Amino acid sequence: MENQNPNAEEFLKGLWKENPVFVAVLGMCPALAVSNTAINSLAMGLATSFVLLCSSILVASLKSIIPKQVRITTYIIIIATFVTVVDFALAAFSPAIHKELGAFIALIVVNCLILGRQEAFASKHSVGLSILDALGMGIGFTFAMLCIGIPREILGSGSIFNISLFGSNFEPWVVMILPPGGFFMLGFLLLGFNWFTKKKKARINYG
Amino acid sequence: MKATEENNIIVNETLSENEPSSFSLVSALGIAGLLSGIILVGTFLYTNPLIQNNKEAAIQRAIYKVLPNCDSYIPLIMVENKLLEKVENANGKEESDKSELLIYAGYNANKELIGFAVPGSEPGFQDIIETMFGYDDMKRMIIGFEVLQSKETPGLGDKIFKDADFQTNFLELAIEPEIVPVKKGAKTKPNEVEAITGATISSKAIARLLNKTISIWKDPIDEFIRSNNLRISKNIN
Amino acid sequence: MDNLIWIFISALLINNFTLSYFLGICPFLGVSGKLETAFRLGVANIFVMMITAACAYALNTWVLVYAPYLRLISFIIVIASSVQFVEMAIKKLSPELFKALGIFLPLITTNCAILGLALFSTNKGYGFLEGMVYALGAGGGVTLALILMAGIREETKLMDIPDVIQGTALNLIIAGILSMAFMGFAGLFSTY
Repeated sequence: MENQNPNAEEFLKGLWKENPVFVAVLGMCPALAVSNTAINSLAMGLATSFVLLCSSILVASLKSIIPKQVRITTYIIIIATFVTVVDFALAAFSPAIHKELGAFIALIVVNCLILGRQEAFASKHSVGLSILDALGMGIGFTFAMLCIGIPREILGSGSIFNISLFGSNFEPWVVMILPPGGFFMLGFLLLGFNWFTKKKKARINYG
Repeated sequence: MKATEENNIIVNETLSENEPSSFSLVSALGIAGLLSGIILVGTFLYTNPLIQNNKEAAIQRAIYKVLPNCDSYIPLIMVENKLLEKVENANGKEESDKSELLIYAGYNANKELIGFAVPGSEPGFQDIIETMFGYDDMKRMIIGFEVLQSKETPGLGDKIFKDADFQTNFLELAIEPEIVPVKKGAKTKPNEVEAITGATISSKAIARLLNKTISIWKDPIDEFIRSNNLRISKNIN
Repeated sequence: MDNLIWIFISALLINNFTLSYFLGICPFLGVSGKLETAFRLGVANIFVMMITAACAYALNTWVLVYAPYLRLISFIIVIASSVQFVEMAIKKLSPELFKALGIFLPLITTNCAILGLALFSTNKGYGFLEGMVYALGAGGGVTLALILMAGIREETKLMDIPDVIQGTALNLIIAGILSMAFMGFAGLFSTY
């Protein structure tokens, strides 16, 4: 890993090694709340990535003029601005998705993932690296959302991206698209993730 | 150990660094505020007409669905038990006020009043169900029904808008003496609604919603028709 | 009155903020290891929510009519500052209360449950009284969820649990079961 291009490293870490949902367990609220269908998950993932990317660019380019004492407030203003932009844009161009996601678009503001990346990365690195980091984290988040959303939709409504898979004989597990399904799905995914990491570690230890 | 070292460095840094003046703090926040203000106002000015169009289109779709043959409509508000035509404020800051009592009078292509589209809401199984229904004051019947928003259980309660059989209940449903939910297949009178098996509470909620909303609007609508001398020709017939 | 009861029960049980809207999940999964802490966190939550509801109502009525695009920013900033202000006031007036709730207050302000409350209650067009009742119900619901979770987690401390499932995975599955239990409250008040 050390030999790799550091730029690629910044990008790739968000996908798996530091995946915001599975490893850092950040941004749980949207990950659970709107992951009941694949489309909602994708929309939420993309909206969050957009906000993350824009805020990272702005924070990284303004970092020299933001005093330490008011940095969090500034970050929040920047993030809230872009979230409002996304909110309006979705309402204007895709009212159906806007209605589905509802207040959860606005709640991207308090997604700890975004503020966390500003504080931990964008405020200390160059614009280019921050873009890579934001893209990696954004894609990692979208990937995690889809990992939760696709199985929930398949089990809960027997379809994927609204395309029916099993025909009318399939009796959907309605619980999977209800709130408990979100908890269970993420719980089982984390369980699998833990198991996978443990096994890998054990293999390294015993050669 | 390492962490404490780092902390010390940070403390030293902040001590050695000159405290920024409150002017620079305020100006940094000011710049951020200005930037965000420009972005926000720009986006708002660009998207707001589109958003309003979408909203208008959604309302229009619902009205056309619940009032068959409807061609145009005007919003009416209730002020002290009387219906008045809603005058839009010049500065465009209407809507948003959800406590306002609002219905829509629908007209057909010949500009004759054909009925009213009435929004109504009521707690259902999970959360508030928001609906719009068409009311024909001549026949004293509900002639169309549409669920605008609901969070009823998928597969059970959501049949109130997904189940075609349940929807046919509302094509000709008499409102007098009152709407009564009955078992599926047991409908004998025009004022009965066949409930959905497995979604009794949602079905009952719909019946309750209709009764409640009709009781609010029935008299003002009659009064409105009488005082404005609408449909004189039909009344003579 | 019926309306207010429905709002309260709905926010407290049927549409519990934590268990069916997934708001305030972070403290729910992270902090709630001890019953005592969970209770105090919950009370602080109710407290902040009441302030939030009042602020959100005021902003929505007098400011946002003229500038709807400021909704999000003003909610966040006004809520954060007023909570800080109240925190200072409590510190001065009642050190006892501050000791009990103090450390939780700034933590809670950035919680999604708080912003969620402001957004939901303004989206639903609640008036002042309705907003306060909604805040009380939502805060109570969050407290209830925190306490239930903390109680269960105190029990699981002494259990023999496989290593892989320890931590967040276990908490999430417990939360799923709790959420399923809360689904039973649906329809509770719809026949009043």
